[in-house]
Amino acid sequence: MNRIDARFRELKDKGRPALVPYITAGYPHPDATVAVLNAAVEAGADLLELGMPFSDVMADGPVIQEACARALEQGTHLDEVLAMVAEFRRGDAHTPVVLMGYINPIERRGLERFVGEAAEAGVDGLLIVDCPAEEAGDMRSALAAKDLHQIFLVAPTTTEARLERTAELAGGFVYYVSIKGVTGAATLDTDSLAPAVERIRSRMDLPVAVGFGIRSPEQAAATARAADAVVIGSALVSRLGECGSTEDAVAVTHQYLAPIREAMDNSAPSPDKQPTLTA
Amino acid sequence: MAEPGQQAAASDGVFPDAGGHFGVFGGKFVSETLMPALEELEAAWRKHLADPDFAARLDSDLSHFVGRPSPLYFAENLSDRAGGARIVLKREDLNHTGAHKINNTVGQALLAKAMGKQRVIAETGAGQHGVATATVAARLGQDCVVYMGSEDVRRQAVNVYRMKLLGAEVVSVDAGSRTLKDALNEAMRDWVTNVDDTFYVLGTVAGPHPYPAMVRDFNAVVGREARVQMVEEYGRLPSALVACVGGGSNAMGLFHPFIDDDEVAMYGVEAAGRGLAGHEHAASLCAGRVGVLHGSRTYLLDDDAGQIRDTHSISAGLDYPGVGPEHAWLKDSGRARYVGITDEEAMTAFHELTRREGIMPALESAHAIAYGMKLAAEMSADDIVLVNLSGRGDKDINTVAELEGIEF
Repeated sequence: MNRIDARFRELKDKGRPALVPYITAGYPHPDATVAVLNAAVEAGADLLELGMPFSDVMADGPVIQEACARALEQGTHLDEVLAMVAEFRRGDAHTPVVLMGYINPIERRGLERFVGEAAEAGVDGLLIVDCPAEEAGDMRSALAAKDLHQIFLVAPTTTEARLERTAELAGGFVYYVSIKGVTGAATLDTDSLAPAVERIRSRMDLPVAVGFGIRSPEQAAATARAADAVVIGSALVSRLGECGSTEDAVAVTHQYLAPIREAMDNSAPSPDKQPTLTA
Repeated sequence: MAEPGQQAAASDGVFPDAGGHFGVFGGKFVSETLMPALEELEAAWRKHLADPDFAARLDSDLSHFVGRPSPLYFAENLSDRAGGARIVLKREDLNHTGAHKINNTVGQALLAKAMGKQRVIAETGAGQHGVATATVAARLGQDCVVYMGSEDVRRQAVNVYRMKLLGAEVVSVDAGSRTLKDALNEAMRDWVTNVDDTFYVLGTVAGPHPYPAMVRDFNAVVGREARVQMVEEYGRLPSALVACVGGGSNAMGLFHPFIDDDEVAMYGVEAAGRGLAGHEHAASLCAGRVGVLHGSRTYLLDDDAGQIRDTHSISAGLDYPGVGPEHAWLKDSGRARYVGITDEEAMTAFHELTRREGIMPALESAHAIAYGMKLAAEMSADDIVLVNLSGRGDKDINTVAELEGIEF
């Protein structure tokens, strides 16, 4: 079974909402990335999203853009990202890893080749920001052949028709982009979340992760009450940017994520009240 | 003049398909947050182009505000200099704001107004599209924000000031190569964030569907006019069309109404910068490969890791690592040919046209002039080479002076 499915099944049994940190591979330094991933898991992360640096991150805000630019300056391309996942996987057989990025570097390498290498390295899913359902045909067959999931974004503006199309292709979980805007742009309105998450659940039997604009333990806790998973991205990445050493990066990751984990655990509904999931 | 909606049928009517694909090219490679905005835009575009009132308003603006039709001009001295075919210029440099760009911004701004969007945003390279957007926004009373790479802000200071005079806010973009591609990234980010009240006036035939088709259709007035004028004034169609290609909007506008005229050859001229052998150029069709950038599958310039390369051209408007997807299709289908002109060749052509005809071309258009002269030299006196003089050179005076070591 794909590690993402296994993990969400396990979480559902425990009634535990998933904490999903995002970091950009190679930032602040390539040597720090695997240590930060491990620190995130120690601090309570259930899934990991690892950003593949790209030169033109159209859907990301200034924090991720800067992280990508610095990671690229330090030579973090797909080879390096896959090596990082492989190294992480040698020490952690269970925590799912989703690679997040843009399509051009993947196609340049060759879609099938990349998917094969990603599966071998221990990747469990791909989230390609600029590959919506309409353009995802080739991607889907390549991923299916290796039992990897394609993770799709759903936005507040996603129409019913597109939600249905996405449901046909999506696997693993669905990532609800909780605000209109780029990553790191604004602050989440947690009140509007529950109905939005319910709308998605009525269309597909997948766990719903919510991201964009979540910064504080309180916001994470509120999100965890409505959704199955909470994604923390830009807020963590910007803190990592201030770290001069791997030790700093590990410490900052722990200091930032541990209170979020705690707040989520304290706020989560008991297992019998957990919204039904059939993932 | 034909109605704006009619040129879609001038070719086979197949391209793009419903998903915005030109063969394997084009499409909508954007983040989920933009998909509904693109769908809304496409629906509005189709609806209003079919509306006779909208078409009449557009035609009236093109006549009375832009100054259309732009004339054909027989460049006799330039033709003599080249030797061979007659060189005829389509004078888009005579349009209001000095380039073809206004054909598209007039159309898109009217569309924004019809859609009830009070804020328009744009990206710009040379500044021509930014000026053209600020111009129509001023007239229609729309709030206008223009994104421009900081390198281009430096190169095109006059246009920056012009936009400010027109009431636009110019945002200098300091990311990446600080040129057109980075301005486009930033404009897309703004659009994602402010999609409810904001219309993105994209300036070229690149980007996600429906922009390549919509910008083509707004610019196709150039080719429609030229076709009629050629028949009226020369009794025939040209032997060849020549136009510069950055994103490719002036070329696409000229080419499109001639696509079914098999006897008319088409040449798109890319910026070969300091030569196609290295990476200091912006010739994605001549020297690039197929990938995905800015929402569409097309030819682009990237490295072996798939990262988009920094490009170089003397002309800011051609300094872009991608190209409109329909050009990619025209290249692969063989209907159009794409060639490169270096900075040096473009500068020579700039001086030739200025001194021999008293017409100062934009550095972008100077690339087309340079290739037009080369092509004319290979043809006979019976042939006519129609070159799109897409813009005038006033904006480039500082660049030219700097290259020649002149300080004001």
